[in-house]
Amino acid sequence: MGISARRRSDYRSWGGTVAGEHLVFRPRTIADARAALAASAGSSVLAYGSGRSYGDVALNPGGGLIDCRGLDRFIDFDWQTGVLSCEAGVRLADILASLCRPGADGSAWFLPVSPGTRFATVGGAIANDVHGKNHHRAGSFGRHVLSVDLARSDGGVLSCSLEAQRELFAATIGGLGLTGLILAAQLQLRRVDGTAVEAEDIRLNSLAEFFVVAAESEAEWEYTAAWIDCLATGAALGRGIFSRARHQPGIGVKPPALAPRLTIPLAPPVSPLNRLTLRAFNAAYFHRLGRRGRRRRVGSYEPVLYPLDKIGAWNRLYGRSGFFQFQCVVPNAVAADATAELLARIAASGQGSMLAVLKNFGDLASPGMLSFPMPGATLALDFPDRGAPTRQLLAGLEDTVIAAGGRLYPAKDSLMTAESFRRSYPRLGEFLMHIDPGMSSGFARRVGLDRAMRPDA
Amino acid sequence: MTIPGGSVPRRVPLRAPLRAAVFGATSGIAAAVARRLAAAGAGIVLVGRDAEAIGASARDLRVRGAARIVEIAGDFAALETLGDIADRAWSALSGIDVALVAYGSLPDQAGLEADPRGIAPMLSLNFVSPAILALHLAGRFEAQGSGVLAVITSVAGDRGRKSNYLYGAAKGGLQRFLEGLRHRLYAAGVQVLDIRPGFVATPMTEHLPQGGKLWADPDRVAADIMRAIRRRRAVLYTPWFWRIILAIVRALPRPLFHRTSL
Repeated sequence: MGISARRRSDYRSWGGTVAGEHLVFRPRTIADARAALAASAGSSVLAYGSGRSYGDVALNPGGGLIDCRGLDRFIDFDWQTGVLSCEAGVRLADILASLCRPGADGSAWFLPVSPGTRFATVGGAIANDVHGKNHHRAGSFGRHVLSVDLARSDGGVLSCSLEAQRELFAATIGGLGLTGLILAAQLQLRRVDGTAVEAEDIRLNSLAEFFVVAAESEAEWEYTAAWIDCLATGAALGRGIFSRARHQPGIGVKPPALAPRLTIPLAPPVSPLNRLTLRAFNAAYFHRLGRRGRRRRVGSYEPVLYPLDKIGAWNRLYGRSGFFQFQCVVPNAVAADATAELLARIAASGQGSMLAVLKNFGDLASPGMLSFPMPGATLALDFPDRGAPTRQLLAGLEDTVIAAGGRLYPAKDSLMTAESFRRSYPRLGEFLMHIDPGMSSGFARRVGLDRAMRPDA
Repeated sequence: MTIPGGSVPRRVPLRAPLRAAVFGATSGIAAAVARRLAAAGAGIVLVGRDAEAIGASARDLRVRGAARIVEIAGDFAALETLGDIADRAWSALSGIDVALVAYGSLPDQAGLEADPRGIAPMLSLNFVSPAILALHLAGRFEAQGSGVLAVITSVAGDRGRKSNYLYGAAKGGLQRFLEGLRHRLYAAGVQVLDIRPGFVATPMTEHLPQGGKLWADPDRVAADIMRAIRRRRAVLYTPWFWRIILAIVRALPRPLFHRTSL
């Protein structure tokens, strides 16, 4: 069967700030996906998955997009070893629903690493080398990828792993789709002795408390992250709620639904998320733990790992102008000071949102040349797009991060400069050698990720 | 005519795990139904033309929990082979509890109006072939005394409209055929389900601008189909709002109807 493409302008970034016209291919089979890549010769193309990247890494305005959501088949699963082979468009939610059902003793195979949404695809999780709340224990997603089948624009398909095509494998993990088209992958799932989790929330009265509680939680708790009240200032700067969780042996819970029960149908003309509601929410949320400042429960992992997946298309709540997401990591040596500076700038601006998350990354090395995670503290939050003031604030935050020796997360970014990217990703030069000349993206062009940038080109 | 009393078994419980057969297994709706059957641990016979695609689907369904998968290559346009296809599908798992007939093609109405020679093969694939296949299965269901024969028709069959009356004629004919077959199989306790989807985002409709409010995702349609099978429905409009839309379309007085662009 031949593959056809349509010009469409309805592919947008998750933050809603990037759109453009794309020539879109929607292959249903691996063979069609290869045909789409072949049909794109002479112009640039990029794989598209669930569209959960906030900025322009998954878009290629003016060029081609191969929408891989039709490549959604499992290929094989070994129930003894937990090794899964699947096509690139399989979503993490599909893996949870089909393969992570607990047995009578509560135990099950489980995702080794979960980003904040289970609706991301396997291909997207690899291309962005995503991380989760268990980074200090499991490292990034790429550490659990055994091999990748990569189609290149020259017509070949290469099986890349730690044994074969090692360099290309390291470039493809976290490679933002620029090394070729990921057709399928082999993942190592992990065994948990209960899919239910024991979760504990602890009130943090200051940023210093975050670092204390985080340090004492890391040995015993595999999922950790803190919500931060991004409006708090002075002595309360960095106050929030620390959440930690671990699997509860012997108790199984059903996987969450494949689709959220509640979905935001369309973007309201005026966003309900404004300064007033932000202030009210943050104050109320901070005090929700009551006088004890601590709460414990045992139950589903959904509220711990995927709190936002409860509401479908929640990004529409930011209204038609959309929002920027900002996520950085700063090295441990300067983490406390740099984080305090970032939070102070954000609080002073009065911008920011209800969703500010702070977490410590562990020191397990990320396997990709352009992987984002590195040892340090990572801060993530949304900013409704209010035009120039928002961009100025984000540029200031970017400067602080780069000066501190940190970096920004491409999957979340829409504004970083090429200079910041070059300074903060030391293996960039090595990566450029592996870019497939047929692939490009809005992000790649913005930060100068182009084969022609090679020193020898 | 006599009206029989309460002796007829209207709801024969389906055995678990189910034995299912999907004809046209790579169609978008059928693939979504097959996944739900697999998750429930059914044994599934997959019948389709594209052996490679059927193989990929079989691997997927095994991982998803299907007790057993049997792959059968068959071309539903070859009418003389349908008896053999029905035979092999029936014997693959020694009987069928749920058969889903899901193949068809969406023709280019304007092209057929310009060159009506294409109507015969279109009617053959969308009406004659499923009717023949259904009859080959009907006798076996009758003898078995239980089961569900589900056939995908379309909301296009409910009233002839200028935009798609050729496809509508095939699907409308199939609806009438199923109505009669349902009457025949009632006494045997076999359910005949006429599935009438609206716009579903599948490969068959890839060339249309998918994505408006009326478009449904195949998994949602598959969920409706599974529910209709369990509840022994006769006719399913999916998603549900098409029942209302079609009730209005059918009820429109002709002078008004003729002025619409439906």
